[in-house]
Amino acid sequence: MNDFVDAFRFIGDHVPLLWSLTLDHLALTGAAMAIAVAIALPLGVWLGHLHRGSFAAINISNVGRALPSLALISIGVALLGIGFVNVMVALVVLAVPPMLTNAYVAVDGVDRDAVEAAKGMGMTPLEVLLRVELPLALPLIFAGVRTAVVYVIATATLGSVAGASSLGDIIVDQATYRLPGVLGAAICVAALALVAELLFAGLQRAVTPRGLRARRRVGAAVGPATTTET
Amino acid sequence: MTAALAAPFAQSDPVIPEFGRGSSCVRDNGLFCWGWVKDNWSDTLQPALLEHIALTLIAVLIGSLIAFALALAAHKRGWMATPVVVVTGFLYTIPSLALFQLLVPITGLTRTTAEIALVSYTLLILFRNMLAGLSGVPAEVRDAALGMGMTERQLLWKVELPLALPAIVAGLRIATVTVISLATVAVFVVNEGLGAPIYSALQQTFKTELIAAGALCVALALVADGLLVLVQRALSPWTRTARP
Repeated sequence: MNDFVDAFRFIGDHVPLLWSLTLDHLALTGAAMAIAVAIALPLGVWLGHLHRGSFAAINISNVGRALPSLALISIGVALLGIGFVNVMVALVVLAVPPMLTNAYVAVDGVDRDAVEAAKGMGMTPLEVLLRVELPLALPLIFAGVRTAVVYVIATATLGSVAGASSLGDIIVDQATYRLPGVLGAAICVAALALVAELLFAGLQRAVTPRGLRARRRVGAAVGPATTTET
Repeated sequence: MTAALAAPFAQSDPVIPEFGRGSSCVRDNGLFCWGWVKDNWSDTLQPALLEHIALTLIAVLIGSLIAFALALAAHKRGWMATPVVVVTGFLYTIPSLALFQLLVPITGLTRTTAEIALVSYTLLILFRNMLAGLSGVPAEVRDAALGMGMTERQLLWKVELPLALPAIVAGLRIATVTVISLATVAVFVVNEGLGAPIYSALQQTFKTELIAAGALCVALALVADGLLVLVQRALSPWTRTARP
């Protein structure tokens, strides 16, 4: 237990170092997420809108989930060399699948009656997409972004072995920072991931249209009833 | 145990001396040298692959047992689901590199540390899928079984579990590939599995080994995923005929 006390002491003593590494960590995460969002969301939403390519859109997340992060970084080092770019490319590859699949499933699964009604009201396809499908699909799209963000924050830690600066720098350098430093940085990384998870869970709730929120509460009330013995 | 721990160190050693006297491809650090892979398959890559499979199987097995017990309990008592999801979700969110290190003061630089962390990543996935499978059984089916005079135990083993199998195997699939991925990170606490050649190759930026070990790991994950898909199909023949 003493190790953990020392770990918190390390955090207290090294706030500037931890802060600057946290910023590096977030910069790496942000850059990778920005690129991944720009690729995954338009593609997923567009395919979902057309109800096309379900096989590819759904299976890409199965394959993507199976890609081991450290293995990907390792192959990236061989192909692209050490550094920020290699790690960022690996993170983009890991972040795209969950967002693409969620975006596809979200838009594809929007109530067809609602879409028909919108068309009947004279909306153009673009209006249907922007004013009906996207708002209804937003919570699920956001769930994909949330999964990806937490995953990228976790994996960015591994970037340290490939020369991209992050909080992992301390964790993989026990020779310099000793166990308390390693533990202190590990605590910071864990806290960062948990904060991101909670933040995005809150944002997800915030972007859920009010109508959907009410319906979910009814669903939740009905849900457990079917599991109780009759 | 000590022999098993000492062996991987001995195996990862030869990489350094062979760096110089190997083929011209290895000396120039070419992108991929088949010769090196052939020469080092039996003493570096294959043992690492087998260790990786062992690490994964143990973690998924223990994780399944724990998650199954939790899912059965939550299936009976609905209120348990939320606390279990919160706790396992918390564990799932902690980045692997951090969790492995946080366990070191408690369980040391041992295989146990690696397995505890790996097991903790399977729990959320397995529990959620098992519970969803069990509670997804239609109420009419359950009523019919009880009406036929089945006991609670028969209902569980003969009706609910078979119907929940596709969801359970789907969870096993995700848990298995997740563990295969994270087991590479276990190299920071035990020098075992495919993480060992990856890590030693990263130290020297030895491209052939980076690609070989990385590709083996990716291949292992894809093969495991594919095998479990086949298992899923074999165990639930009705899902195939039900498809329009």
